[in-house]
Amino acid sequence: MGIEGIGARVARKEDKRFITGAGRYVDDMVVPGMKHAAFVRSPHAHADIKKIDVKAAEAMPGVIGVLTGKQLKADGIGNLICGWMIHSKDGSPMKMGAWSPLAVDRVRYVGDAVVVVVAETKGQARDAAEAVEITYKERKSVSDAVEALGKGAPQLHPEADGNLIFDWGIGDAAATDAALKTAAHITRVNIVNNRLVPNAMEPRAALGHYDKAEDHYTCWTTSQNPHVARLVMSAFYNVAPENKLRVIAPDVGGGFGSKIYIYPEEIVCLWASKKTGVPVKWVADRTESFLTDAHGRDHHTTVEMGFDKNNKIVGLKVDTIANLGAYMSLFSSATPTYLYATLLSGQYNIPAIYGNVRTVYTNTAPVDAYRGAGRPEATFVLERTMEIAARELGVSPAELRRSNFVTAFPHQTPVIMCYDAGDYGTSLDAAMKQADYAGFAKRKAAAAKKGKLRGIGMSCYIEACGIAPSAAVGSLGAGVGLWESAEVRVNAVGTIEVLTGSHSHGQGHETTFAQLVNSRFGVPLDSVSIVHGDTDKVQMGMGTYGSRSGAVGMSAIVKALDKVEAKAKKIAAHLLEADEGDIVIENGQLKVAGTDKNVPWFQMALAAYTAHNLPQGMEPGLKETAFYDPSNFTFPAGCYICEVEIDPETGKTDIVQFVAADDFGNIINPMIVEGQVHGGIAQGVGQALLEGAIYDGSGQLLTASYMDYTMPRADDLPSFQISTSNTPCPGNPLGIKGCGEAGAIGSPPAVINAITDALGHENLTMPATPQKVWAALRSGSKH
Amino acid sequence: MYSVNYHRATSVVDAVKKIKTGDAKYLSGGMTLIPAMKTRLAAPSDLVDLNHIADLKGIKVSGKTVTIGAATTHFDVANDEKLMKVCPALCALASHIGDPAVRHRGTIGGSVANNDPAADYPSALLALGATIVTNKRQLAADKFFKGLFETALKDDEIVTAVTFSAPAKAGYAKFPNPASRYAMTGVFVTKGKEGVRAAVTGAGDDGVFRSKEVEAALTKKFEASALEGVSVPSKNLMADLHASPEYRANLVVVMAKRAVMAANA
Ligand SMILES: Cc1cc2nc3c(=O)[nH]c(=O)nc-3n(C[C@H](O)[C@H](O)[C@H](O)COP(=O)(O)OP(=O)(O)OC[C@H]3O[C@@H](n4cnc5c(N)ncnc54)[C@H](O)[C@@H]3O)c2cc1C
Repeated sequence: MGIEGIGARVARKEDKRFITGAGRYVDDMVVPGMKHAAFVRSPHAHADIKKIDVKAAEAMPGVIGVLTGKQLKADGIGNLICGWMIHSKDGSPMKMGAWSPLAVDRVRYVGDAVVVVVAETKGQARDAAEAVEITYKERKSVSDAVEALGKGAPQLHPEADGNLIFDWGIGDAAATDAALKTAAHITRVNIVNNRLVPNAMEPRAALGHYDKAEDHYTCWTTSQNPHVARLVMSAFYNVAPENKLRVIAPDVGGGFGSKIYIYPEEIVCLWASKKTGVPVKWVADRTESFLTDAHGRDHHTTVEMGFDKNNKIVGLKVDTIANLGAYMSLFSSATPTYLYATLLSGQYNIPAIYGNVRTVYTNTAPVDAYRGAGRPEATFVLERTMEIAARELGVSPAELRRSNFVTAFPHQTPVIMCYDAGDYGTSLDAAMKQADYAGFAKRKAAAAKKGKLRGIGMSCYIEACGIAPSAAVGSLGAGVGLWESAEVRVNAVGTIEVLTGSHSHGQGHETTFAQLVNSRFGVPLDSVSIVHGDTDKVQMGMGTYGSRSGAVGMSAIVKALDKVEAKAKKIAAHLLEADEGDIVIENGQLKVAGTDKNVPWFQMALAAYTAHNLPQGMEPGLKETAFYDPSNFTFPAGCYICEVEIDPETGKTDIVQFVAADDFGNIINPMIVEGQVHGGIAQGVGQALLEGAIYDGSGQLLTASYMDYTMPRADDLPSFQISTSNTPCPGNPLGIKGCGEAGAIGSPPAVINAITDALGHENLTMPATPQKVWAALRSGSKH
Repeated sequence: MYSVNYHRATSVVDAVKKIKTGDAKYLSGGMTLIPAMKTRLAAPSDLVDLNHIADLKGIKVSGKTVTIGAATTHFDVANDEKLMKVCPALCALASHIGDPAVRHRGTIGGSVANNDPAADYPSALLALGATIVTNKRQLAADKFFKGLFETALKDDEIVTAVTFSAPAKAGYAKFPNPASRYAMTGVFVTKGKEGVRAAVTGAGDDGVFRSKEVEAALTKKFEASALEGVSVPSKNLMADLHASPEYRANLVVVMAKRAVMAANA
């Protein structure tokens, strides 16, 4: 591996600037003449806009412009779109309601943007925003998805009758019903997957700059995929053609999915910059983040899983209602369908599966992909069901799982996915050993002596990463391809720049991508720079989400490195008067294998650029580009085991042990992978124990600050015991599967399985707060 | 935040003079007031900073009598060696308020004047039978705390100190709100010359209060076992996202038990 290459535990290069406060985020950007925007947002969940009076606001000190949705429409700015077409079972296309970046005649959730004020200072913009007078006529609102489908529920969009966006199915309904009929036992479960607020440390922000002289726009934005932002803003929102729009996503302080989407604010800042003639910056405050960042999860699901008399699964039927909020966010339709129901086979051989998903409009913030995106929901459905089934059948949860594991690969599931490689038994064994599963009864007895209830629960998850083969996602409705690009530029002195379409917002690409280059060419990490996040520098890219930067982004870099290597070898062979096939790269030198004849890497690079002595007909320079389109998803999998102690007097749950045994394929930097797992589990534990967005009956978000929305803190979490046992992914050159989301996907069911084990019954929803656990201890039937 | 004028008071007299400017407010640690201003929920025109008045700072212990200046930070209360000897329960309470940043700025005077229904200090002062000293008068804690964010303070009145006689035994137990970590229910118990007092914060729908049921049980025997089977009514307890009145009623008894155990430890 070398000390800096693939497999080395190298400290993250980027951390120096992050931990010394020297990162450069959108809010750090200053453009001469820059002014500040504040948005006037709807205080109502659902209302008609009767009148907007901006006169008083315009007269406020420092105000440069007060702009409305009508003006925006008049300038031809388009509506926001959802970029993944889903068809209902009856063949009809999904019902997308109009989402204007500034609401024109109706608001549909608390936080809906209505007016933008541009002023000299942020304070003045806010003062003036308060002076905008909007007359609303309130309508009845609905925030619960099940209620929104009910008769008489208030209607959000004329396009979507009964608030139903689509009614979609996957798998074979008839075969599943038939299989369930033959079942010796059916486990039935109702599941609520709680709504979460992403809470990136850096709030969303945008700085729009229209340069009149050049007729050119620049947008600095907190994006996980600046190229997609440029594409969508050009193609759909008519902000400007791509060649006249540069999008820069500099350092971004966490995204977790919420910064994939194009939001109203960046569009409005660009438009307002042209309209007012000044660069316009907006930075969300925390309340705006809570109200308007795309939320995650929010599913209601019923499950039926049938077993034969040998406890083999015969069929699985899942019916899900997914809340998409007030408008369809960019990938909102894909998250509860192709990222969710395609994973319903889990790690198991299930001959028949049918999943039905209905998506619904409600008067809440838009819902879209959030760390894990559909896969945590699928895993929660399956792994709660498996644990409950084991309890009902009176068998060990581990053995029930093991006896149903997929063991032969490739494995075609009934729900599209074809698993390429895996070894689920090994992860299960590793986790059980590490957790001393066998010794649990003793620990439970010891806890009982202290007056504590101890429980243990597991979760065997599988997920699909590396999204995804472009042709495959295209056939499923995606509006884009999901390849990645890379450009490797070797400078004349041998240092290297790698331009990538992946975007780092905490993942550590500047380190891991450089480790890959180091492994190939022996160039020190310090001599390799990773360039990303700027559409003027990187030609095109699809960005970072779905744990795709390793499996797809790095694969593109490998392809470009292959091309560089081939040319470098040609040059070396020419300089050494050797055969190209005999050249090997070792320790920063290009050598003739088996001899001490060599040319140092930097000399070869210099030769490429001086071009004094190159092979006949060779172009000078050393720079290569590549596009990589994956051939399949990748399938990280693993087993998590959680052990809890509950204080029966207060209902407080302490996680006393958490074991994670993952299979991520090959690993570039174990330390970064561990960090990803730690963060993922913290988020999963957050969902299971602490977090939950709650709207009241009138559509107000009650959990709109950290006074009421509980983020996980260090003392909520134990020291994680994590390990990996890796089966390389056959689908990409580095054998990488991806690790960014596993923790958040695998952990919630393990935690809830542990708590319900301690409780003795299954009546418990997430988050399992002290109050809920205390109440659950006093109710519900024992199992 | 709206724009605001800042004034630094040099003495209590100076502060009282300056508070007459516009719609002014006293500023102590600012850990409650500044966040409220940042979110535009509070909008004073002027701030009168009490942090530079030497008379308002510091802890005096003479015999059993403890006097804590209003501008003394939670950190200083938590770490005062003299106080630790006579009333360690108060040090322990202060050491669990908020986070280190909050403890280094937030003050006892600000906390008492603010009387947040979930704040920790009010329960201690009520259970300790403390006296709140102002620039105008001395008020018993029983008379001072008046409900949610309400006190007996007049508009320009300044809390200058709190004082109490350290009881033989005192203990505090807090069940934090999972999100804010303020007290979702906190119980401070004391046993002194005048008997047992038990004050509850975070739970009452009208702010801090003394629990008759807990006091009666502990008067019989100042031990956790005395609370076995005791229940407190849920009727006047707070209901919010995080805890129902019934759950809080349970927590009052459980925290009272733990507070007594701490007091006897
Ligand atoms: C993140 C966070 C967590 C917290 N957690 C807790 C917790 O767990 N428990 C808890 O009890 N508190 C908690 N607090 C509140 C903290 O203890 C505050 O410091 C305290 O409530 C107010 O004190 P202050 O000195 O900051 O007052 P300020 O914010 O300066 O003032 C508060 C109010 O009191 C008035 N005032 C201040 N001093 C005087 C005076 N001497 N005379 C008259 N009026 C005065 C002010 O005008 C203002 O109205 C937390 C705060 C934060 C920000």
